[in-house]
Amino acid sequence: MSGVVDLLLEPLRYGFLLRALVAAVLVGTLCALVGSYVVLKGLAFIGDALAHVAFTGIVVAFLAGFSFYLGALAAAVAAGLGIGWVTRRVGLSTDTAIGIVFSGLFALGVVLMAIGIRTYTVDLFSYVFGDILAVRSRDLLAIGLAGAVVLVTMLLLYKELLFAHFDPVVAEAAGLPVGALQLLLLLLLSVTVVVSVQAVGVVLVLAMLVTPAATAALVARRMPSMMALGVVFGAVAAAVGFYLSYYLSVPSGGAIVLVATLFFALVAGVVRGRGAWRRLMAARS
Amino acid sequence: MQRGTAAPERAARAATALAITVEGLTTGYRRGEPILRGVSFAVERGSLVGVLGPNGSGKSTLFRSLLGLLPPWQGHVLVEGKPARPNPDIAYIPQRETIDWDFPVTVLDVTLMGRYPRLGLFRRSGKADRELALWVLEQVGMLAFRDRLIAELSGGQRQRVFLARALAQEPEIFLLDEPVSGVDAPTQHFVFELLERLCRQGKTALVATHDLSCVAQRFDRVLLLNHEVIAYGPPQEVFTETLLNRTFQSHLLLLRYGDRVIVVESEDGDERSC
Repeated sequence: MSGVVDLLLEPLRYGFLLRALVAAVLVGTLCALVGSYVVLKGLAFIGDALAHVAFTGIVVAFLAGFSFYLGALAAAVAAGLGIGWVTRRVGLSTDTAIGIVFSGLFALGVVLMAIGIRTYTVDLFSYVFGDILAVRSRDLLAIGLAGAVVLVTMLLLYKELLFAHFDPVVAEAAGLPVGALQLLLLLLLSVTVVVSVQAVGVVLVLAMLVTPAATAALVARRMPSMMALGVVFGAVAAAVGFYLSYYLSVPSGGAIVLVATLFFALVAGVVRGRGAWRRLMAARS
Repeated sequence: MQRGTAAPERAARAATALAITVEGLTTGYRRGEPILRGVSFAVERGSLVGVLGPNGSGKSTLFRSLLGLLPPWQGHVLVEGKPARPNPDIAYIPQRETIDWDFPVTVLDVTLMGRYPRLGLFRRSGKADRELALWVLEQVGMLAFRDRLIAELSGGQRQRVFLARALAQEPEIFLLDEPVSGVDAPTQHFVFELLERLCRQGKTALVATHDLSCVAQRFDRVLLLNHEVIAYGPPQEVFTETLLNRTFQSHLLLLRYGDRVIVVESEDGDERSC
């Protein structure tokens, strides 16, 4: 027994590993919380696009020499607002537009990165696949602050966000600012994606947004329990993934997402045929 | 006698017996293509008003204007004497395709949403809200289903829940857009009974429906709408073959026995009775 405890505590003697664990759990928590809406409203593609835009923001920030969080946040928020504007203006089927614009921007980031690597020694690839061990103190501060903002906003505006996304027409008729609330959700999604990029990487942010929340949706019957269970699945997957990453020397992003996917497979196996699974798969996007 | 700022407001309401005044309303979604043209009518408080017209005649557009979601291009829309704007005093039950059925929300959750606009920002629903929600669920016969997921209900049951949510909002005016289409017969009957009871208590209700016979029998006023107001008045005056056929641009036959009116569509003999 003490052997297991030692295994768990051993990495935490190092400051950078402790930071990494805290960062991973924070990211798992945040992603699952916002992910509830991503799963229910079919925003997965938008979340993915935001992560790619954030990457380009990071590259530009590196080349221009300012904080990469600033760069990523500016890019993702601009993209989030842009998507909000486009969906309200143009209406349906914005997938193609989002696909074109944001894979274009990501391609720009990749090309700029190639240029950047010639002049800078920073390994920008760690943002593509995630490197949680590279989290510095001030990164952790940024993740903590952003996380607190997202968490407090989602708790304070719980009923407004729920009504506005469950039944936008009636919510608007009753006097709720539905447009602003939908935009707010995109902003929260942007912030979450940005702080998650360093931990799990551009490619795997989507998995953290979708998988724990979807696992929770298999068993939860109400919104608060879906969010709470999602947070548990996300945070535990992040912690377990962190230890796997440390002991097996594999990328943290891959390890965390693999654990989250395993959770989903296990829960899906247990609840198979109980209706929840069918409901989730039938969910429209 | 009355307290605080509510007193002058209540006095103003009492002074005007009109819940809704629409004058010369022209509006639509795209410039140059008005859906409603010069619509005028007034609804007295406590009336049950049927809004009749073919699909695409502007019934939903009229409701959006009354809710203040669609600004008038010309004319004005007054609700309780003030320009229409979204507010909790007017409850809307739309046609149902805009709802996200995948949400993990129970019957009680949905009913409680009716309280949200009354609570204000950041505040959570309390014990009194919960008691009211349970009471209205009992009124609509859905109390036993309070912990069911909304996705698990039949069409008629869902409609009862949306009625419960509207009731929980404690509005003065109800706008119902085709509340009985695709709903089982007992629920249809129940919806109209409930509306009659609400209107007797001084609430006002506008109901868009295709159920001509029901309107003829139960409603106080009928608005025949086809982009313009074809007629507005009590059903006995408005339900003439000429006016109905001008509204629906088809051949309807009216059969009357005693005070009952049955509308028959002459082409396919589709008969509806109430």
